[in-house]
Amino acid sequence: MNKISIQNLSLQYSDGTESLRNVSMDIRQNAVTVLFGPAGGGKSTLLRCLNRLNDLTEVKSSSGQVLIDGKNILDPKLDVVALRRRVGMVFARPVPLPLSIRDNVTYGLEMAGEKNRIKLDEAVERSLKLAAIWDEVKDRLDDPAIALSGGQQQRVCLARVLALQPEIILLDEPTSGLDPISTGKVEAALQELKKSYTIILAPHSIQQAARTADYAAFFLQGDLIEYDEGKKIFTSPKEKRTEDYIMGRFG
Amino acid sequence: MEKSLSFREFIITRLIQASGYSAILFVALIFFFLLKESLPTLGEVDLTSLFNFRWYPIENYFGILPLLTGSLIITLGAALIAVPLGLGTAIYISEIAPRWMREILKPLVELLGGLPSVVLGFLGILLVSPFLRIFLDLPTGLTAFTGSLLLGGIAVPTIVSVAEDALDAVPRAYREGAWALGATHWQTIWRVTLPAAKSGVLTAIMLGIGRAIGETMTVMMVTGNAPVLALSLGNLFSPVRTMTATIAAEMGEVANGSTHYHVLFFIGIVLFLISLIVNIIASSVVFRAKKRAERILS
Repeated sequence: MNKISIQNLSLQYSDGTESLRNVSMDIRQNAVTVLFGPAGGGKSTLLRCLNRLNDLTEVKSSSGQVLIDGKNILDPKLDVVALRRRVGMVFARPVPLPLSIRDNVTYGLEMAGEKNRIKLDEAVERSLKLAAIWDEVKDRLDDPAIALSGGQQQRVCLARVLALQPEIILLDEPTSGLDPISTGKVEAALQELKKSYTIILAPHSIQQAARTADYAAFFLQGDLIEYDEGKKIFTSPKEKRTEDYIMGRFG
Repeated sequence: MEKSLSFREFIITRLIQASGYSAILFVALIFFFLLKESLPTLGEVDLTSLFNFRWYPIENYFGILPLLTGSLIITLGAALIAVPLGLGTAIYISEIAPRWMREILKPLVELLGGLPSVVLGFLGILLVSPFLRIFLDLPTGLTAFTGSLLLGGIAVPTIVSVAEDALDAVPRAYREGAWALGATHWQTIWRVTLPAAKSGVLTAIMLGIGRAIGETMTVMMVTGNAPVLALSLGNLFSPVRTMTATIAAEMGEVANGSTHYHVLFFIGIVLFLISLIVNIIASSVVFRAKKRAERILS
């Protein structure tokens, strides 16, 4: 089933850099959709359109529609804060807040006005388990999150997003700073998470793209070149440019 | 060839070292000079009459309490005005204003900071004090409150400039993290950006207050200069005299080496100690915050 429908989306930043050109694609529910391609291809821009984080950057012009469950989220009248609670995002660099692990996870909920201690504690356990880090931190939830390793921090940041029970999770190079073991744990968590969420991932390497993708979209300088099932794209791409990139001939 | 190069290195290193040490040397020299000129006070005036509330130097009453409270009440008033206004402006410039607005506001505020305080004093005498006298129905417009208002105006540019730099230095990732969690603009400012910039913001406040305590010209012009003991906030609306204004006004007319002369230097020492304490508190707070920030970022 399609969760998101992107229709003729174009976007240009004020400084003329990374932009999207007439991108149309449908993103399936309960699957990992991977956006890959060389830097400056528009992957981050597309992710940032989906939770309207681009509102806060200098955008010169944009057109087209993004429908989530059939509703255009680029509508200027839309409640952006509510949208961002439905569409969570994990960044390349984990940014744990200078709080305990527990408070980091409940932060978003508390800002949304949740005060019930029991509900918050439930959310902490549930989301830390989903992010595959519960066993590592369950005995020290009151320690500062900064004391954790980079890989653990990133999973706490993932848990922080999951605590809000979003429908869609955007991940922008979530493992670019992590060691292979932590990367493996995050990827395994994603495979588990896709059962109940829609996941869109911009991986930092082509290998990660191939490992995780149910569906994959290849972006090159703002254009969507090819979009298909992951297996097909990474074994027998239709486009020459996709093949060149996958084979490591450029990028 | 190589030898002359290393010789040059040696000279340059030593010159830089010397200029670094000179800062310490000058502070020490100032302190010793103040100490030398003020210590005789303790022999000439006993402590109970020194910390007394009558300042009539001509009749040998050297109670400095009115001057001390005068300085404190004006500084307190200035801080109450300048801190919210300054922080508000800094937050607006850094977080809310569109880019073109920011590019106009920041230089304007910094221009305001470069305004000579005598000019502000003029404005105080000619505009602010008559306005306050009529508007608040006071016997005179030259009051502690007038001084606070103007000192607040002097402290604001310092606070805005330093605090805005601190807010601007907060990594964009912090804000985006909060926005992506569904925080509103205000929640992001209040619960993420401001705490992350805390050390810089505290420095800004301390620098602003430091400027207000040390300011002389403006307060001398607009506070009425009556050495009255100011104990309650009600005294905000009566004339007061500050330590700085006393030194500036009386130093020129005092006989060199007299008791009065020594007491003025003693006031100088008190001022010196106050600004030293403010600085120590500021740097210890900043130091602690900085250590925490390093832990976060490492």
